[in-house]
Amino acid sequence: MINITSTTYRQDAWRRLKGNRIAMVSLALLLAIFAMCIIGPFISPYKYTAVNSDIVNQSPSLQHLFGTDDLGRDIFARIWAGGRVSMLIGVLGAFSVTVLGVLYGGISGYFGGTADDIMMRAVEVMNCIPYMIVAILIAFIAGQGIGALILAMTITGWGGMARLVRGQVLQLREQPFVLAAKALGASPGRIISKHLLPNTVGVIIVQFTLDVPIFIFGEAFLSFIGLGIQSPGTSWGAMAAAAQQHLMFYPYQIFFPALLISMTMLAFNLLGDGLRDALDPTLGIQEGI
Amino acid sequence: MLSYMLKRLAYMAVTLWVVITITFFLMHAIPGDPLSGLARELPAHTKANYYAKYGLDKSLGEQYFIYINNLLHGDLGESLKYPGRDVKGEILKYAPATARLGLQAVSIGFLLGSILGLAAAFKRNRWPDYLVTGAALLGVSVPSFVLAALLQYIFAVRNSWLPATGWGGFAFTILPSIALSTSVLAIFARVMRASALDVIGQDYIMTARAKGSGGLSFAFKHVARNAVLPSVTLLGPQIAGIITGSFVIENIFAIPGIGSNFVTSVFNRDYTMIMGMTVFYAVVYMAALLLVDIAYAVIDPRIRLYEPK
Repeated sequence: MINITSTTYRQDAWRRLKGNRIAMVSLALLLAIFAMCIIGPFISPYKYTAVNSDIVNQSPSLQHLFGTDDLGRDIFARIWAGGRVSMLIGVLGAFSVTVLGVLYGGISGYFGGTADDIMMRAVEVMNCIPYMIVAILIAFIAGQGIGALILAMTITGWGGMARLVRGQVLQLREQPFVLAAKALGASPGRIISKHLLPNTVGVIIVQFTLDVPIFIFGEAFLSFIGLGIQSPGTSWGAMAAAAQQHLMFYPYQIFFPALLISMTMLAFNLLGDGLRDALDPTLGIQEGI
Repeated sequence: MLSYMLKRLAYMAVTLWVVITITFFLMHAIPGDPLSGLARELPAHTKANYYAKYGLDKSLGEQYFIYINNLLHGDLGESLKYPGRDVKGEILKYAPATARLGLQAVSIGFLLGSILGLAAAFKRNRWPDYLVTGAALLGVSVPSFVLAALLQYIFAVRNSWLPATGWGGFAFTILPSIALSTSVLAIFARVMRASALDVIGQDYIMTARAKGSGGLSFAFKHVARNAVLPSVTLLGPQIAGIITGSFVIENIFAIPGIGSNFVTSVFNRDYTMIMGMTVFYAVVYMAALLLVDIAYAVIDPRIRLYEPK
């Protein structure tokens, strides 16, 4: 007797992802950075806001693993405290873009016709706006905190997700199972949420993974021009911006925030690529697996 | 073709109007006004005179219509922070640096990125491929300002081969152009590699090979021409990325361009300057998008911009 257990889509995707060494290393790296952001501030003997004029601009040493900055603050402690902010903005920002984009794209794609035309024209007009200009203005109005940064980047950044979801929904709604649901009298809300969106979830997850680094980058970017997190709070972008001023004399100060930003963005990008391969079963069919 | 162009221009006008309206009201929603940045408080009547002179005492709606009316007459106004400086003149003064930087960055990124992607596709799964894909991934992941700092440190601080900051001859443009172009280069390399691999698998390539074509002219005539299309569609978003990047890169390298001045204007609440530069950016960006679409139709005759009647 042959013993075959059927695997669900989710198990199948996870198995494929596990087979992708690069994606798994990225995942492990991200989990390690996450963990350090959570426990880092506790295991450091220094508080990230503690100023000490006796130890200003010290190179990395055993006392201060990553050195100290121009106010004598321990960079090791600040990296993980700043990492909390950067990660939070990345994940929350990607999440809000996803919610907004899925709603907008789902509605637009499902109803089609004139509604779709008008909604997509609006996205097109939005895409023609140099988004950073609007983001800078909103960041100014909303004040300079985590919420303001997320708001500024969400308002300017949801168009891509909306178009992606709309394209998917447009394809799916012609499928027989949607017709069947309609024939059974399901409401549009039910069809969108129960039939269409679950089938696009793979694409949405991939896009979410690729949106996180965009937000981390955007935060760093706005911090760099002085609109980001304000002292004594910090983020990787704010640290890199501050360290850039002392690049001539203390290059190590920019090294760690730059390294963390780059590593996180790289890992999210690689994980996103891996997820795309894992979550798209049609690729496997094409390859004859 | 003419009707297509007219339609596109109409869309551009609508988009421009949306941009102007959004920016106008967002800008006025920022707490403070051009006078709030001053070191000492001005007497009330001086302030009132100032507001009256620039029409800031009128209601927001009225100011909006005055601005639109002036804009339609080609008048961008005068800087509120630096009286006597004409906004149009300021933009013309700063635009060349930004334009030069942007054009250099886009050209380097597009040309070098495409060539690298092509090379990677031809040497698939051998060391040039791994090198290019690895470098492209790094290029996407390292933010431009980090790269800028690194370049400054290596080429200007440790070895004084190139100037660290400022604006003058060609030497001043090298580091900022590289910093600005890296992410563009990386994306074009990735896209070109993927689409070239796709093209190499096509039947007509096999035919060309069977007929004895090979070498560089084969790579460019047969593969590159067919594989370049996806890259061209990406040019639009990449130009937006370059504009965004210029805000930071111009600041780091102390380049007197529109990008660094835009940020300063926002800090100064210099309303007319903000509006003028926004209009400038929007027009340049939309013109670039239009050019990309036209180029697309020129490169690929299968694509029609307009429906023949």
